[in-house]
Amino acid sequence: MLKCIIIDDEELSRAIIESYCDKLDHLDAVKQFDNALDAIKYINTNPVDLVFLDIHMPELNGFDFIDSLNNPPNIILVTSDSDFALNAFEYNCIVDYLVKPIKLPRFIKAVTKIEKTQALVSQSHSEVNKELYINIDRRLIKLHIPDIYLIEAKGDYINIKTETQNHIVHTTMKKIEEKLPEDLFLKIHRSYIINLRKIVDIEDNSVLIKKEVIPVSRSNRPELMKRLNLLG
Amino acid sequence: MEPNFNQIEEICAGDISFRNRMIMILKKEFPVEYEELTLLIEKKKYSKSAELVHKIKHKIALLGMEKSYDVAVNFENELKNGKMTLYSEFLLILDKIDQFLKNT
Repeated sequence: MLKCIIIDDEELSRAIIESYCDKLDHLDAVKQFDNALDAIKYINTNPVDLVFLDIHMPELNGFDFIDSLNNPPNIILVTSDSDFALNAFEYNCIVDYLVKPIKLPRFIKAVTKIEKTQALVSQSHSEVNKELYINIDRRLIKLHIPDIYLIEAKGDYINIKTETQNHIVHTTMKKIEEKLPEDLFLKIHRSYIINLRKIVDIEDNSVLIKKEVIPVSRSNRPELMKRLNLLG
Repeated sequence: MEPNFNQIEEICAGDISFRNRMIMILKKEFPVEYEELTLLIEKKKYSKSAELVHKIKHKIALLGMEKSYDVAVNFENELKNGKMTLYSEFLLILDKIDQFLKNT
């Protein structure tokens, strides 16, 4: 759900945008303002995802509004003029530019641009979540988490095993467990965390990962069995 | 072109209460803005007049008056430069809208 506000000194224009927001399930128009000053006060304490912003307004215009914010949200400019389109390119936060009177198909097109941008941001976040940095001899080494197949406790250290290398790191099993995605990794023994995708086979109380046989503790076995796509 | 509600009908897409709300806002705001503009022009406050014409031109567009909209755009630009050769033509447009809204 995109939380948005409407800033426009024209009641008609606000009414049209509000009605279009109501038509789209994923837009929540939480507040309307007929001037930019009141909107600045609001947005400083109530973050929003999107602002429908008129350019021509008394006192502060639309561009003044954007300039007053440290970290402006996504903006869709709404105006009767197309003359300001060039200025709009100077602002990264401006996603689109709608000329009044706004028609619904054009409105939807503008909002879709934001959804696409957000999808890209979330994709890049999930890429970041696939990375893990480990500290070895004051060097931060980047590991690609899906490449890890086994983590083994070694006293005050852990041994992180990947397809190509082993890394001995001074940390605890609990700390590394917190950094790993739950859907991919499982602690099967107090000394072993395995990557479920790397299992070759399971026999009684042990798991074969690559060429290593890893013990499964009695208490962890039910969870392991639950996580497998088991036939019969 | 004569004022009409075709654009408003399109925007409202069959939502009668929204259509009525739009027309109510037009009827409430337009006469006030019309009167305010004549006063500002009388006082030769061209910059303020241009701002008001800017607001009114959205209403002209909503009422489907394309050629009148072009006049409004040119008149707004004139006012920004302290001129008003299009004022009488613009007044005719405003009169037309005023009558249309009063008869609706």
